Amino acid sequence: MGNPLPSSRAAEAFPAGLRVLIVDDDPTWLKILEKMLRKCSYQGRLLFAPIICEGREGPFFFSVFPLCLFVLDRDFSVQLCTVAVRGGPCTGNLSDRLATDALHILREGKARFDIVISDVNMPDMDGFKLLEHVGLEMDLPVIMMSIDGETSRVMKGVQHGACDYLLKPVRMKELRNIWQHVYRKKMQELKEVETHSIDEVINILRNGSEDIEDRHLMDETEMSSMRKRKDIDNKEFGDQELNDPSTVKKARVVWSVDLHQKFVNAVDQIGFDKVGPKKILDLMNVPGLTRENVASHLQKYRLYLSRLQKQNGGTCGGNMQSDHINKTIKGKFGLKSSTNVQQDWELTKYACTTENFQTHGIVANAAHVSEMNRVAPAQVIASKKTLVNDAQLGLFLSFKGMLPSIREKACKPLHDETPVMQLMQYPEQENYSILEGYSCLANPDLDHEPCFDHFPSSQPLVTSATCTSGKDMKDLYEMKPLQPAMPPMACMIDSISARNAEKVRTSQCYTRD
Amino acid sequence: MDRSSLQRQLANLKKSLFDQGNLDEQFYQLEELQDDASPNFVEEVVTLFFRDSSRLVANIEQAIEKCPRDYVSLDALVHQLKDSASSIGAAKMMKDCTVFREYCDKRNFEGCQTLCLRSFQKVKNEHSTLRQKLENYFQLLRQVGPAEKATRSGK
Repeated sequence: MGNPLPSSRAAEAFPAGLRVLIVDDDPTWLKILEKMLRKCSYQGRLLFAPIICEGREGPFFFSVFPLCLFVLDRDFSVQLCTVAVRGGPCTGNLSDRLATDALHILREGKARFDIVISDVNMPDMDGFKLLEHVGLEMDLPVIMMSIDGETSRVMKGVQHGACDYLLKPVRMKELRNIWQHVYRKKMQELKEVETHSIDEVINILRNGSEDIEDRHLMDETEMSSMRKRKDIDNKEFGDQELNDPSTVKKARVVWSVDLHQKFVNAVDQIGFDKVGPKKILDLMNVPGLTRENVASHLQKYRLYLSRLQKQNGGTCGGNMQSDHINKTIKGKFGLKSSTNVQQDWELTKYACTTENFQTHGIVANAAHVSEMNRVAPAQVIASKKTLVNDAQLGLFLSFKGMLPSIREKACKPLHDETPVMQLMQYPEQENYSILEGYSCLANPDLDHEPCFDHFPSSQPLVTSATCTSGKDMKDLYEMKPLQPAMPPMACMIDSISARNAEKVRTSQCYTRD
Repeated sequence: MDRSSLQRQLANLKKSLFDQGNLDEQFYQLEELQDDASPNFVEEVVTLFFRDSSRLVANIEQAIEKCPRDYVSLDALVHQLKDSASSIGAAKMMKDCTVFREYCDKRNFEGCQTLCLRSFQKVKNEHSTLRQKLENYFQLLRQVGPAEKATRSGK
């Protein structure tokens, strides 16, 4: 007789709010996987009774339809919402359009998922294709499953970006660990944000330098060496955190404009020559900031300044730099019309998207940030529609506030780093609709804690919203705090248990997040 | 029949299923998933499996009849069946499917068609045998009583 996990173990095994989408055309496996997932987080009530549906041979018990959604809410009870993909009598498979429907549900975005587990062989679409689509469009971790464990297949899965490849028959312990993939993905994204903030600076300057003489400013090797250094930082950081996921202590610090301004103030005060991480840290007086954070940031800052130096072709002094930057900004604004900027943006985005995801494959598992670095900054902003990028949002949203001021007061001597940071957000890009879609903001000034709680938190996993108290941000956006924990979807079950398996029901199911 | 002899029968049947390779480890896993929340889990899964696999078997038969040389789609269908069989741990069936697929892979060699057909027959036979045996098993299980738990050692 199977034993339910003792509750404490359940808490460890499955963090609150993990939403799994399983895509498989085999109803037997679905039933089994459903049961296994419930067991992983078993701690009480089952919210819904299984659903009976019409099948080809008349009514029979079918606890899940070919496509099934699991929602494990914060109390670790399982909310099961089954989707009628195709139910009525039909000549062929019950799940003719399984993968397409899965994609549809994911795209609709009304129901958010944290992870997708998909079978490789599906009637309407190759599992690898689905994998690619999900990776590209929704950037969710995808786990492949198959009875076929041939190395070439597994390799293919990894190359297409699968987080993992499970062999059927799937075991409980494998399922218990799937949350790690979600966690890892989040960590990667946080890393990406930090990486991109510097990359964007570089890119912008590089683009800017087209108007200026020396194009060789941004030496590829220099950049890559800078990145490598950063990689090592990040990687060490990342590994530690991955190895010890339950601790939050080394949360990634996001250098927002405000924070950076404090940093630069401190540096100026101390004097650039005499500066040291400890002194800066003391002066900045930001709670939770560690010496290491400051040290690595200082390193980046120094590198950045030396770039500028070369660009100037002169000796570096604080003021000179800011003047130069001013000119750069003005020049940039003047030379590039809004449409151009927009186009560049879009182009870089699309050009790099495929590239990134083609090579993305093996990246997923390991904490290799180097692959990520090749992605154009635009991609990070534009293509990710998940709610995960709290830090990133904070970063960009705070910039928006700065931009108008920069344009109006172009002559005002701006602080060193500030204007550059602002350039991260292309000035004319009013296309903030993407960002408005996000309804979850984080305060960038605080250490950014990974959203991943192991224990019941006040809000479920992905939907955890630490709404910011940043002043500029409040002004800019109407903050829509995310709806808290998945409310019981009892109302939806009624519509499902009505027999007609129209696709329309899929939309009905996901009327709320 | 008295209970203890029923129990013995049950144990023997189960043992033979494993010994003869009809079932494997996965079946035990299913039993472990069974709990108070779903007391008939294993039976439900098995029932589901046979319903679905019968359909798959019929599909394959149809495919062989219509386009016996379309090995690609045939292969896909058999793969599906094998996948399904793995869910309940139908070991022998899985093996037969593998053999079948191997023949499909080789495609157009001399006598391919006959060999394919023959190996498919094996799959089909195993399918019905297993079905029968498991039906008996669950019948016995029900007779022995709901309190009776299916364990590895048998009772």
